[in-house]
Amino acid sequence: MRESDRQSDRSHAHSRRNFLMVTASSAAVPALGRAVSAKAAPADVSTSASSDPVAFVLEINERQHRVALDVRTTLLDALREHLGLTGTKKGCDQGQCGACTVLVDGRRVLSCLTLAASVQGHSITTIEGIGGRNGELHPMQQAFIEHDAFQCGYCTPGQILSAIACVNEGHAESDAAIRESMSGNICRCGAYPNIVAAVNQAKLSMRA
Amino acid sequence: MRPFTFDSAATPREAIETALAWNGGANGTTHFLAGGTTLIDLMKLDVMRPERLIDINPLRSSEFGRIAIGDGGLWMGALVRMADAAEHPDIVRHFPAVAQSLQLAASQQIRNMATLGGNVLQRTRCPYFRDVSYRECNKRNPGSGCAALDGFSRSHAVLGTSDQCIASYPGDFAQTLIALDAMVDMAGPNGLRRMSFAELHRQPQSRPEIETVIQPGELIVSFFVPATPLARRSVFLKVRDRESYEFALASAAVGLDLNNGIVRDVRIALGGVATVPWRASQAEAVLRGSVLDEAAQDAAARVAFSGAQAREHNGFKIELGRRTLKRAIAQAAVLEI
Repeated sequence: MRESDRQSDRSHAHSRRNFLMVTASSAAVPALGRAVSAKAAPADVSTSASSDPVAFVLEINERQHRVALDVRTTLLDALREHLGLTGTKKGCDQGQCGACTVLVDGRRVLSCLTLAASVQGHSITTIEGIGGRNGELHPMQQAFIEHDAFQCGYCTPGQILSAIACVNEGHAESDAAIRESMSGNICRCGAYPNIVAAVNQAKLSMRA
Repeated sequence: MRPFTFDSAATPREAIETALAWNGGANGTTHFLAGGTTLIDLMKLDVMRPERLIDINPLRSSEFGRIAIGDGGLWMGALVRMADAAEHPDIVRHFPAVAQSLQLAASQQIRNMATLGGNVLQRTRCPYFRDVSYRECNKRNPGSGCAALDGFSRSHAVLGTSDQCIASYPGDFAQTLIALDAMVDMAGPNGLRRMSFAELHRQPQSRPEIETVIQPGELIVSFFVPATPLARRSVFLKVRDRESYEFALASAAVGLDLNNGIVRDVRIALGGVATVPWRASQAEAVLRGSVLDEAAQDAAARVAFSGAQAREHNGFKIELGRRTLKRAIAQAAVLEI
């Protein structure tokens, strides 16, 4: 984020906060506010006016992480900027390149278009969480290395998460199916043929 | 991204009441958050500026998240993810165009996130709408003008345009819903209402910022696609700049009821070429009752684009749209059902 953006966000946040306090007192909130806060979980974020941090728990790679975040924070920024999990990459930040792909409940999604607060209670898997307990590589990681399925490597974590999901979804039955299923992951280095080869290899060991 | 308050709703009633309580300006200051693939993107770009989001994903455990198929037809909740409908075996088999239009849209990641209700409401990809450094956009900034009219118009619409807006409707699934005579159910402050899906979207005319007839606080609950001969013999064809993960330059959804080579009934909806999911009623009228030969297909394709108006860079869409429609009709005709 550019510094000028930060400043405009801050000043806007301030005026919004004032506005919200005034409006809240005019009884617009209670209808839903009560109902939502009456729920046991997830954490009640309904009173999260403007940019005040909201505390909640994210389950990432089978570990619970307690966070306090501005509700605007995307899952991608939560991982990278707040939890130090920088394996997930920010490419376009607009849902067009796939570099930020992670798994939520086993399904691949774009973390740049996912609000962190919206995935509390769900199980998130990032590139840091796919290896074995003793540091063994996931078969898909091994296959990417063996087939030279990357050059600069920036898109690779997203490619690998997407490729694992591709196999698990049953979309890796042919080269054409793999290409179609992987079309949401852009590789500017053009390693596509090697990525297809890596998926073809890994799908055999993943089934085993 | 501008600050907003974040709520979640456990019931449709909660969602609707909160939205109504908070709806302020003409564009509404509250938005429902479903898959987020349009909304979060446009909030980052500062195109959409809600003051409050209501996360309706918790409603997925109710009828909002269900697919049901019965003798009468196919019922899909608004919070069903695109991927789940696209790959549902019974939808693939009995409502082929529904599955095709969803499979050919976006990427697997986006289909895993995006919902059916959100999909039909996705906003245009017009670059002048998406880039707030252009002041002129009647959709984003009503009354400011339209930078696309004399701008780079290659992606823009040729049907349903006005002198206020030529932005193309970007989706695929909506065209299929029109071609299969689908209904949409909406819940609002006054209860439920059901309408023909073809009446959901509004052409820009003099108010491009109003895109649908959905009222403040209203939520799409579900879509119903009747099990008809049109649905069984249906095709969605999409033509684009690259083979996958791209918006349509031209698309056609066709539902065909054939009896010994004669068209008993037909529905046609076009995408990529129009400001709204476009029902080509005149082309349907040309085909209805006729022998489905090449001449009839030509005539239908001509009529479908007879009112087309091109700008500097999108004239190619008229011929491309005709050919796309012809091919879709031909594919539907030979479909083995």
